[in-house]
Amino acid sequence: MPKAAGDAKLLIQSLSKAYAATPTNLKIIDLYVVFAVATAVVQVVYMGVVGSFPFNSFLSGVLSCIGTAVLAVCLRIQVNKDNKEFKDLAPERAFADFVLCNLVLHLVIMNFLG
Amino acid sequence: MAEPEPTTAAAAPAPGRLRNAFGGVLCAFTLLLIGVLAFSIRLFSVIKYESVIHEFDPYFNFRVTQFLSKNGIYEFWNWFDDRTWYPLGRVIGGTVYPGLTLTAGSIWWLVNALNIPLSVETVCVFTAPIFSANASWATYLLTKEAKGTGAGLMAAAILAMVPSYISRSVAGSYDNEAVAIFALVFTFYLYLKTLNTGSLFYATLNALSYFYMVCSWGGYTFIINLIPMHVLLCIVTGRYSSRLYIAYAPLVILGTLLAALVPVVGFNAVLTSEHFASFLVFIILHVVAFVYYIKGLLTPRLFKVAMTLVITVGLAVCFAVVAVLVALVASSPTKGWSGRSLSLLDPTYASKYIPIIASVSEHQPPTWPSYFMDINVLAFLVPAGIISCFLPLSDASSFMVLYLVTAVYFSGVMVRLMLVLAPAACILSGIALSSAFDVLTRSMKFQLSKVFNDGSAVSGDSIAEGSTASNDTKGSSTSTVNTNSAKIENRTEKSEKPSKKNRKKDREVTGSVPVKPKKEKRLSVLPLEASVVGTLLLIVLGGFYVVHCVWAAAEAYSAPSIVLTSRSREGLHVFDDFREAYAWLSHNTDVDDKVASWWDYGYQTTAMANRTVIVDNNTWNNTHIATVGTAMSSPEKAAWEIFDSLDVKYVLVVFGGLVGYPSDDINKFLWMVRIGGGEFPHIKEPDYLRDGQYRVDSQATPTMLNCLMYKLCYYRFVETDGKGFDRVRGYEIGKKHFKLTHFEEVFTTHHWMVRIYKLKPQKNRIRGKLKKLKSSSKTSSTLAAGRKKNPWQ
Repeated sequence: MPKAAGDAKLLIQSLSKAYAATPTNLKIIDLYVVFAVATAVVQVVYMGVVGSFPFNSFLSGVLSCIGTAVLAVCLRIQVNKDNKEFKDLAPERAFADFVLCNLVLHLVIMNFLG
Repeated sequence: MAEPEPTTAAAAPAPGRLRNAFGGVLCAFTLLLIGVLAFSIRLFSVIKYESVIHEFDPYFNFRVTQFLSKNGIYEFWNWFDDRTWYPLGRVIGGTVYPGLTLTAGSIWWLVNALNIPLSVETVCVFTAPIFSANASWATYLLTKEAKGTGAGLMAAAILAMVPSYISRSVAGSYDNEAVAIFALVFTFYLYLKTLNTGSLFYATLNALSYFYMVCSWGGYTFIINLIPMHVLLCIVTGRYSSRLYIAYAPLVILGTLLAALVPVVGFNAVLTSEHFASFLVFIILHVVAFVYYIKGLLTPRLFKVAMTLVITVGLAVCFAVVAVLVALVASSPTKGWSGRSLSLLDPTYASKYIPIIASVSEHQPPTWPSYFMDINVLAFLVPAGIISCFLPLSDASSFMVLYLVTAVYFSGVMVRLMLVLAPAACILSGIALSSAFDVLTRSMKFQLSKVFNDGSAVSGDSIAEGSTASNDTKGSSTSTVNTNSAKIENRTEKSEKPSKKNRKKDREVTGSVPVKPKKEKRLSVLPLEASVVGTLLLIVLGGFYVVHCVWAAAEAYSAPSIVLTSRSREGLHVFDDFREAYAWLSHNTDVDDKVASWWDYGYQTTAMANRTVIVDNNTWNNTHIATVGTAMSSPEKAAWEIFDSLDVKYVLVVFGGLVGYPSDDINKFLWMVRIGGGEFPHIKEPDYLRDGQYRVDSQATPTMLNCLMYKLCYYRFVETDGKGFDRVRGYEIGKKHFKLTHFEEVFTTHHWMVRIYKLKPQKNRIRGKLKKLKSSSKTSSTLAAGRKKNPWQ
């Protein structure tokens, strides 16, 4: 057990060290993702407490958050300099795609909100 | 891929660019011709018959499109149709896949906005051919993503004339599948495009295309299960990449939301098991993505520690979700699966539990000849295509293989799903043919260059020296594209224009001469004779395929089935009985009269005769259909009572015994008994069978000979030839002379194919009463009778 605990500590330390080296813009995106996921979790908990009666509202709320998070993760993948796959993809292009996708997503959500 | 470009330009700048441009133009021109071919091969039905809507379901779609073009989109969404499923009615806007009607409606609107006065019917008739041209272009794009331009052109040309697809998309066959196959292939293309580029833009387009597919056809569940399967396959085989994440994760979220927007799907997009696989894979993908992310951050030793941690957490989450899903699924009565999907997973399900699904002939498993009929030589080319997909295996080609395998399974369960198999078979055959031509023409070029090198070797060799090994992959591939596309044109135009063929051959030769010195070193080279013979054999094979396709389009699949023709010694004979009967109904009956018939003819009756029907092809209410089935299989009196309770004025039966039309109501009758018996147990199937055999001759059971369907079909039949010889069943009928007491014949069409009966009004009881009660006075008895007859007045 102590070995596992030591390992876990070491792991967390090295993780935080490695994460500290991440560029700031990626950190901002990470924060955004965490916030979106947290909002989704709050909504699910709320649904569990109150009930899912206007189901379309619940669905659009949760999917809006998850969708935002997923799209932000996609953006993060694309603008990450360490990703060799997206070397010739300009960050501006990635952001434009992200905005377009978000636009579609939230138009649908607005339609679905009821 | 980008590197060889400058070297080619450096070695031979002008010819290389020219060849590329030439190839591009030729490719575009070929695609145009393929589109024209796809459109025109489907016009046989218009040329041979006339420009009419075909069969059953298209009539409903046509009627909906008419309503849409007349009343606008909002009225369409709120349309409650009271002319069908009397007395229940049907909410059309919420129960129909609107993709097809909206497409045709907008085409009609656009065409009219351009001041081209086409009728709605014309637009509907030609929607399917237009979309099959689109589908072949989409196939080109899809195959190009997987295996390059040559294979793409090949696959597009094959798909343009594959009989399986023609059978569903001839001009006039205005059904969902016509646009759905285009949507299916295009969605797959966009998925692969996203997978290959990792662009969020294509992911958005992919979701929108998926939305169009959901709008068009219930078969969209195939997409939402196939793509997760492919993602899972990629993950399991260690091919995870961040492109995979971008291709899949936004599709699930956006696709689910968009699918939920379609009224007929609605919350089913998150509530039924057909969609759960995608969510499960969505979660797995996130776990995997997280693992890969951590892996990038940590050293390998630490990663091992983290791995165990993440896997335990991930598994715990997965188990929790699975548990929730299982609980949800178990709580729903059908285990969350719809009947059609269940019958896909368990092919015996429908025949056991849902006769209404099993009764439709296109839901039966196909026979082997139907495979040969529908995909012909492709069946033999597909294995070669699979092999070609594995050399080398990419994400896109593994998707093709997976698509084919699942489609083969589904086509084995239902004939109808042969249609899903067709694009897969076309794509893989296109890949097979293209790579075969590639190998053969390359070795031909190599051998020819050897022959030429004996004479004039100097100039050719200098270029060959200049081009490096990396160069000639690109160079040879573009050159084979040229020859391949030329070959396709050869094949497609072979029948009509022999002169053009020669010209193409010249072009092919001129195209191949400048590149012949570029040698392919890695692959084995076949001898010249063998490769020439191989090429010729492949062209002959393609020729057979073309001949078969044209035959299938012209003879087998273009009959509209509401107009029948037969050839005899006197010439062509046309049976136009259906429209005769529907016209009679619309001219001689009251607007609000209700017409009862078996559900097959419901859509046609509402669309062509504009009369209210009891049941139609939508089959959403099994009990209602069972009621009609029971009435048809009951004796006259009981049937009259059932029909009267449904307010029916006329009963319509289809009878083919006089002219030998095999899909008539007598042949469908056992299904009426089965479906009726499923709801009303007093109808028992064995009562209608003599020793397990279905027959209507003198050996038939008395129940059979006294049921309404028999009587309505064979009433006065003996008067035609004096014997009552049924030409479909091939024997004389069992009961020849009988009278109808509760029905009267009002109309029988020219060839007796449709017979319409009217329910007689209930017998006046005054006379009977008078006979019995002689003592009572006349006035009181009529009053009593009147009161008894109609308690509501």
